[in-house]
Amino acid sequence: MSELNVKDKDIVVPGEILAIGMDFLPSYGTYRREDKIIANRLGLMKIEGKVLKTIPLAGRYLPKRNDVIVGQVVDITLNGWIIDFGSPYRSMLPLKDASFDYIAKGADLTRYFALEDYVSAKITNVSSQYVTDVSMKGPGLRKLKGGRIIKVNTHKVPRIIGKKGSMVSMIKTATDFRIVVGQNGLVWVQGEPKKEIIAVNTIKMIEKEAHISGLTEKVKAYLEKETGAKIEDVQVMENDVQ
Amino acid sequence: MTSNKRTDGREFDELRKIQAKAGVIQKADGSAYFKIGDTAAYAAVYGPRELHPRFLQDPKKGLLRCNYNMMPFSAGERVRPGPSRRSKEISMVTQKALLPVVNLDDYPNAVVDVFIELPETDAGSRCAGICAASIALADAGITMKDMVVAVSAGKIGKNLVADLNGEEEHITDEDVADIPIAMIPSTEEITLLQMDGKISQEELLKAIELVKPLLKDIAEIQRKALKDKFKIDGESK
Repeated sequence: MSELNVKDKDIVVPGEILAIGMDFLPSYGTYRREDKIIANRLGLMKIEGKVLKTIPLAGRYLPKRNDVIVGQVVDITLNGWIIDFGSPYRSMLPLKDASFDYIAKGADLTRYFALEDYVSAKITNVSSQYVTDVSMKGPGLRKLKGGRIIKVNTHKVPRIIGKKGSMVSMIKTATDFRIVVGQNGLVWVQGEPKKEIIAVNTIKMIEKEAHISGLTEKVKAYLEKETGAKIEDVQVMENDVQ
Repeated sequence: MTSNKRTDGREFDELRKIQAKAGVIQKADGSAYFKIGDTAAYAAVYGPRELHPRFLQDPKKGLLRCNYNMMPFSAGERVRPGPSRRSKEISMVTQKALLPVVNLDDYPNAVVDVFIELPETDAGSRCAGICAASIALADAGITMKDMVVAVSAGKIGKNLVADLNGEEEHITDEDVADIPIAMIPSTEEITLLQMDGKISQEELLKAIELVKPLLKDIAEIQRKALKDKFKIDGESK
């Protein structure tokens, strides 16, 4: 008979024995040794029937296909741009995926993206060795001019975006800001300087309190207090998205 | 040693007082503080990040780089800053003690840097460093099979003891052996075993058996430190 040592949503640490017996199956963030299932990273326990997995709470971003990231141009080569997005690995933005314009051979590539420019891009391919290609052909992918970059924990990004983008559109409506959230934990915000502090603080607050339930209500209250009531607008926006 | 107690009043198999905390350095990817008696260690983990120089990159697995450093004011006498023969050796054995648990296959071509700084030392500094580094690695979200725990075993006169302090290490009128041991608690594999002094084979094996349960106690303290980091977050809200 198998025995389970943990509950759903428990914090587990590497080496912790999650279950003994062959009735459970190890998934992400766990492994089996003999008849035991053991955690192999710091994370939040998730039990799905027989399958045991952990959701990471810390760690750097590792590129994943189809993720939208915010990154910085760090080098320019003959074939395109090198984009750094705060992970251990850099990515390549090839000429053909960079723009809908025709880029002639020998053109000055800095006219499109110069060094230190920020862009939002989509990951198109990741190799087993994390050689990564990105593309900027897609809706909303563009050069991020001006504004400001905030760094957040990459594992808290889903919470900042919210269900179908509800959380981020709430901040957008309340502060009238343009915001791009990268899966890699870089967030670009741009808008009226007076409201910048509100937008930045809201994002930091969501990052800090990501594990709390009823966060949407709390964020709504905070935004209302800081900007002056706007509940109806936000709700309409939320419904639109869904 | 003639009495039944040690110079600081501990039992032979009693550890010094331990304090552990995870997440003490905000800018690092993972960090920890570990204090045992009067020996304190800070560990900060940066990475996985891009590895330079590039010739060190390995497409099959990542690299674990450890750096052990005693602060100039940490011991009674001033420690000359910069790498010394001793600190280079301890950096190397720390790396080798941690390597068996870290899944470096997950980070090809990258490096995980571990910096261990000791603001206060009173024997057992490499063990404190390994314990701190192990918490910091877990805190950084690095995938690892288990944590590594370390403590020293030893012999003073005829008595086998655990966790020697500075005073006991410097006893001259009796034979003293000091054996730092690092272990993976779940499998009881030993990843570090060094020795200073003289001991017989049987007594060495006995000394290892003596500290095994103590190492498991330290493992519990490490786990609690990691879990407490999240508990405090939740309660303060």
